[in-house]
Amino acid sequence: MTTSQEPRNYPFGEAERLELDPTYEVLRRTEPVARVRLPYGGDAWLVTKYDDVKTVLSDLRFSRAAVLGQDVPRAVPMIQERQSILSMDPPEHGRLRKLVAKGFTMRRTEQLRERAQEIVDGLLDTMEKDGAPADLVEALNMPLPITIICEMLGVPYDDRAEFRNWSDRALAITAFTPEEITAGFENLQSYIAELVAERRRSPTDDVLGTLVTARDEGDRLSEEELVNFGVTLLVAGHETTANQLGNFLYTLLSTPERLAELRADPDLVPAAVEELLRITPLGGSAGFPRIAKEDVELSGVTIPAGDAVFVGQGGNRDPEVFPRPDEIDFHRENNAHVAFGHGVHHCVGAPLARMELQVAIGTLLSRYPALELAVPADEVPFKKGRLVRGPRELLVRW
Amino acid sequence: MTRWQVQVDREACIGTGMCASSAAAYFRLENGRATAAQDFVEPDDLVVDAAESCPMEAILVRDGDGTVIAPEV
Repeated sequence: MTTSQEPRNYPFGEAERLELDPTYEVLRRTEPVARVRLPYGGDAWLVTKYDDVKTVLSDLRFSRAAVLGQDVPRAVPMIQERQSILSMDPPEHGRLRKLVAKGFTMRRTEQLRERAQEIVDGLLDTMEKDGAPADLVEALNMPLPITIICEMLGVPYDDRAEFRNWSDRALAITAFTPEEITAGFENLQSYIAELVAERRRSPTDDVLGTLVTARDEGDRLSEEELVNFGVTLLVAGHETTANQLGNFLYTLLSTPERLAELRADPDLVPAAVEELLRITPLGGSAGFPRIAKEDVELSGVTIPAGDAVFVGQGGNRDPEVFPRPDEIDFHRENNAHVAFGHGVHHCVGAPLARMELQVAIGTLLSRYPALELAVPADEVPFKKGRLVRGPRELLVRW
Repeated sequence: MTRWQVQVDREACIGTGMCASSAAAYFRLENGRATAAQDFVEPDDLVVDAAESCPMEAILVRDGDGTVIAPEV
């Protein structure tokens, strides 16, 4: 199959709340491997079928490392020079990943469930004392994952105002200038470098301490890799979960039937979290491109070596895998969504995110049977121009 | 050198695809869950890395006398 028409602009437009741009569905039906034009770096391919998405994410003929320092198709003007685990291919990727993987397994994460419950209970006590209406973003969604990732990494919780500010800039697409975005990253790097230096003076057994030991005693990663790994874990450890928690609560509180169903049967919370993961397009922009290292055929189209491919956000709505894909259904048989990615870069924090989301949502619903939005759903303000979507404020009463 | 035994607990596997992606010669996905391509393999760090990186600890690697090589608990 070849296409002669002009490539579509991608991203398709400014992400609107939690809506998935209908172009994904159109393309999946008419042009599942489509040519798209990015704001910078030229044209790329966009795949929209679930199977193709999984192939691009997991087949090592598609490289993340090949984007570094190259003028690849992208949504931001800056060329990515900064390496991170997200831009590494095997075997380098595995060398870093296994240094922290043990701390993030399902088993280890379950050991933190009690602690997460304690944090949520404490945050809700404070929210209750302050009285309704409350902004869940500040009362619960942000402080929960920040507290947990701080405790795991060994980052002082008291520094949160600063690193949240830097992280917000670092994950911007158009919300800040390129200089501000770069400065956000650099501030985070200096901050983590300081914490690393502290650990050299007095060793710790938190994740950062483990990484410092791996560097100093085993020479298993470079200084730059160590610092950037810390930055990635800190940023990814709270931005994604906090924003998804806001997104999920917004969806639940504005979908009365599903909310009632979940309240009536709290055992459904884990399945509800999976379904909300599937249906909520967290990404607010184009996402990360991969470069074909050789010619690869996808759904009958040959991606030539050297071309960039985006997976977009259509995979989780492929009707061949998820019947009635736009419907929220807490009873899907096999909800094999790719919200955490697939293949080598599958989110290391997935078990942690799942546990935090389950505890937060389960507790909110059981503790406040009358919890509701304090403003009409269509007036809930969402952030704009960022890598991830999320409500800026989520006012509720109970 | 003694060969390693590779086992995947398909009940524990959630199909992240990490092992089948990073060590495609040793693991593949069947119906969305991982399985070992061969039960016995020549020692290779890729197999250890896959077992150490699995979030479900669903991959077990043992040497000839049954000693667990990965994952480290």
